[in-house]
Amino acid sequence: MNKQTFDQLKETLYYEQLDNGLDVYILPKPGFNKTFATFTTKYGSIDNHFIPLQEKEAVKVPDGIAHFLEHKLFEDEDGDVFQQFSKQGASANAFTSFTRTAYLFSSTSNVKENLTTLLNFVQKPYFTEESVEKEKGIIGQEIKMYDDNPDWRGYFGLIGNLYEYHPVKIDIAGTVDSINKVTKDLLYTCYETFYHPNNMLLFIVGNVDAEEMMSLVKENQAGKEFAEPERIQRFFEAEPPEVDQPEQTIPMNVKTGKCLTGFKDRSPDRQGEDLLRHELAINILLEMMFGQSSSNYETLYEEGLIDDTFSFDYSGELGFGFSVIGGDTSEPDKLADRIKEMVAEFTSGTLDEQAVESVRKKKIGFFLRSLNSPEYIANQFTRYEFNDMNLFDVIPVLESITVEDLQEAMAEHFRTDGQFSKCLVKPKGGA
Amino acid sequence: MEAINVNEFSHGPVNVHVIKSDTYKTNTLVLHIRADLTEEDHTMRALLPQVLQSGSKDYPTRQKIRQELDGLYGATLAGDVNKKGENHLISFKLEVANEKYLKDSTPLLEQAFKMMTSVVTNPLAENGAFRESIVKSEKRNLKQRIQSVYDDKIRYANMRLNEEMCKDEPYGLFVYGNEDQLDSITPEELYAYYERVMKEDLFDLYVVGDVETDEIKRLVEGNFSLPGSERRKEKTPSTASAQEEADENEIFEEQDLSQGKLHLGYRTNVTYQDDDYFALQLFNGLFGGFSHSKLFINVREKASLAYYAASRVESHKGLLMVMSGIETSNYEKAVTIIREQMEAMKNGDFEEEQLEQTKSVLKNQLLETMDAPRGLVELLYHNELGQRNRKLDEWIPGIEKVTKEDVIRVAGQAKLDTIYFLKGMEGGSDE
Repeated sequence: MNKQTFDQLKETLYYEQLDNGLDVYILPKPGFNKTFATFTTKYGSIDNHFIPLQEKEAVKVPDGIAHFLEHKLFEDEDGDVFQQFSKQGASANAFTSFTRTAYLFSSTSNVKENLTTLLNFVQKPYFTEESVEKEKGIIGQEIKMYDDNPDWRGYFGLIGNLYEYHPVKIDIAGTVDSINKVTKDLLYTCYETFYHPNNMLLFIVGNVDAEEMMSLVKENQAGKEFAEPERIQRFFEAEPPEVDQPEQTIPMNVKTGKCLTGFKDRSPDRQGEDLLRHELAINILLEMMFGQSSSNYETLYEEGLIDDTFSFDYSGELGFGFSVIGGDTSEPDKLADRIKEMVAEFTSGTLDEQAVESVRKKKIGFFLRSLNSPEYIANQFTRYEFNDMNLFDVIPVLESITVEDLQEAMAEHFRTDGQFSKCLVKPKGGA
Repeated sequence: MEAINVNEFSHGPVNVHVIKSDTYKTNTLVLHIRADLTEEDHTMRALLPQVLQSGSKDYPTRQKIRQELDGLYGATLAGDVNKKGENHLISFKLEVANEKYLKDSTPLLEQAFKMMTSVVTNPLAENGAFRESIVKSEKRNLKQRIQSVYDDKIRYANMRLNEEMCKDEPYGLFVYGNEDQLDSITPEELYAYYERVMKEDLFDLYVVGDVETDEIKRLVEGNFSLPGSERRKEKTPSTASAQEEADENEIFEEQDLSQGKLHLGYRTNVTYQDDDYFALQLFNGLFGGFSHSKLFINVREKASLAYYAASRVESHKGLLMVMSGIETSNYEKAVTIIREQMEAMKNGDFEEEQLEQTKSVLKNQLLETMDAPRGLVELLYHNELGQRNRKLDEWIPGIEKVTKEDVIRVAGQAKLDTIYFLKGMEGGSDE
C-alpha cells in the first residue's frame, strides 16, 4: 500500500492498485462520525458508441442508457439494495454524469458491512425484462420532472448550441423515446464493457483504519472472477472547434427569464496537469470577470440585469470543455449582450495583478472549505484521477499559475467570435 | 461519537454558543435573529438582510464587502430569511478558513467577525433611512426572487399548499413576503423596522471551529454591541393545538406542465416540544422519509407512478408534507396509494424490524448532521425555537427508546388537512 502525506493540509492518502485493475484510495479523517465511499466507473452519458468487451464490432446504444443502468443496479435477486443499506444504518445513492457513474454510501456504523454491500451490488448485475419495463415508468417521470425545470432546460439548451456532434449535448437521462429502446441485453452489454474493475475506482474517506479497509477490499475482490481487462475503445465523431448554434430561445411557463451564455474550448484534448492548469486558469478568469467582487458584477447588478442567481462555471474533460455564465433576468437578450461585451473588453485589456492575487487567495480558501466535505473529496478526487490529475495538487498549481498562463487561457477560451453562444429562457406568450 | 462541548455565555442581549472542534479546516459563525412571523412585518423582514449585505458604513458597497471577504481567503457571508414554525429568522452565516492551515498568519477569524458585525450593526444609513438606491435595487431583487418561485414548480406547489392549508395562521405566509407590500416599502420605514429588530428581537450567535471560548468572548465584547433594552418575552409556541374537526380540502390548479405536482399536508399535532417528537421522526421515516419507506416502495417501486414520493416534517409547527411528481392522469391512483399507506401506519402495519431499520437510518442521519458545522448549529438552535432543552447526546437515546406503540399513537393523531394538485393541462403534456 502506498502512502502519501500532504503536510500543509494535514492529510494522508493511501493507495493501491489491485490485481484485477481496481484503484483503491483511502483517506482517513479521524474527527468525523461519518464514512463516505464512492465506487465509480469511468462511464457516463457520453459513452454511447464503443466496442463491447470481447467483441469486434462497434455498437451505438440508446441515449440515457448509462443512467438507466445506474437505476437498475440497485435491484438484485433478493430485492432492493436500498433496504440492505438502511438495515445497516447507511444511506446510499448514485449519480450519472457525462463521464462517470458513481455509487456511494455514507454511514456512521457498520462501515465494513456497508462497504461489502457496495462492492457486491455494483459487481452483481441482475436485470430482467420485467424490471427493465417497470423502470421506464420511474425514469420517464424523472425526465418529465427535468422537462419542467427551466434551469435544466436552459443548461442543456446551451450545451446543445455549443456542440454539433459530441454526445455531451445529450440529456443524461435520455428522452422518454430513447429509454423505451433500452433492453435487458443492452444493459448487460454496457455493464460488461464498462464495469470491469480495471475501469473503476473506489474511494473511502472517513473515520477508518486504512490497513483494515484495504485488506477487506482485497479479500472481497480476490473472491471474484473477472475477464481479462481490455482497453475500452470509445468512438466520437470529430467535433468542429466552433459552436454549432450561436443562439436559441426556449419559451417556457415561467415568470422570470433566464440567460445562459457559454464559451466552447477549441481543442479539448488536455489531460493531467495541463488540464488542471487550464481549468484553474479559466476559473480564475471567470471570477475576475464576473465574481461578486468584480466591477462587472456590480455594474450588472446596478443595471438591474442580474440577481443572486447569477453564476458561472467551467466543465472540462477529455473531448469537451465549456464555460457557462448567466442566471435569472428580466431582460435575457440584454444580459447576453452585456456579458459578451464585458468579456470582449476584459480580454482586450491587461490583467490586473492585484486582482489576480485576490482571486487566487479566494480560490485557495474555497478549496480548504471544500475539504470539510467528504463528498467533495471523494467525487472530485475520482474525477481528477480519471483525467490523470491529482486533487491535492490544486493548491500548489493555484499558487504557481502565472499571468502568462492566464493570458494564454484567455486568448484561447474567451473568444467572442466563433466560441460564444447563448440560450435564453423566456416566459411563454412573450409576457 | 465524540462528546461535543458547547460553551454558552451572554453578552447583553446576545446569547453566544461556542462549539469547539478541531475536525474542520474552517471556522463557522451563524447569527440567528428571531421574531414572530407576522403579516405586517414579513416582507420588510425578508428585505432587511438583503439591504444590510449591500453596504455598511465600513464597507459602503456590495463590491467592497465582497472584496474584503475575498481578501480573507474567500470567506463567505450570506444573509437570508427562514421560516421555522411561526418564527421568521434573519440569519447570517459566515465561513472562513482557519489560518492554521495556511502559510499566512493573518487573524482571519477576527477580521471576518468584524466584517459580519459591521454588516449587522453598522448599516449604511443616514437621517433615519437606508440609502435609497440600495433599497430600490434590493426591492427589485427580492421581487424577482418572489416571482421566481413560480418557475420552480415543486417549490411553487409547496408554497401554495402552505398558503391554502394555513390560510388563517401566520405559517401560511410566504417566507420572502408578498409583492404588493414590497412595492410600498420606503427607506425610512425599513430603517425604523431595523431599529426595532435591533431592540426587540432575540439574537443567538453560534461559533463552530478550532477556537477558544475566551477568544470569542473578547471578539464579541469588543465588536458586537446592541441596544441593551428589554427584549420581547418569548411567546409560548403555538403547540399544534388540534384544529377544529375540519373537512379535508382539495385544491386543483392547472398550468402548462409535463408533470403534475401532488402535495399533501397533514397535521400531526406533535412538535419539538413534545415527548413524542422522536416518535414523530420515526413515523415520518417509516411513512415517507427514506428509500425504504412506504411511500417510496409503494408509489415508486411497486406502482412506477413517480420518480420521487417522499414526506418530511416541520418540527415547530408539527406539519407533515408529502410530495410526488406524477402524470396528471394518475392523480386518483397516487392519492389512493398515499392514503392507504397512512392507514397502514395508523393500523401499525409495519414490522419491528422496519422500525429498527428506520432507527439506524435516523441515527446515521443525525450523526452525519453533527459532522457539519451548520448541522450542529441547526440541531442546537431547535432548543431556542422549541423552548425545550435537549442536549446533543440526548438525541440518539431518544430515538432508540421509541416503541412501535409510540409510532402508532403518533400516526393516530395525524390528520390529512389539504391536498394540493398542480396539474398539467389536458392534452398539454403530450409529446
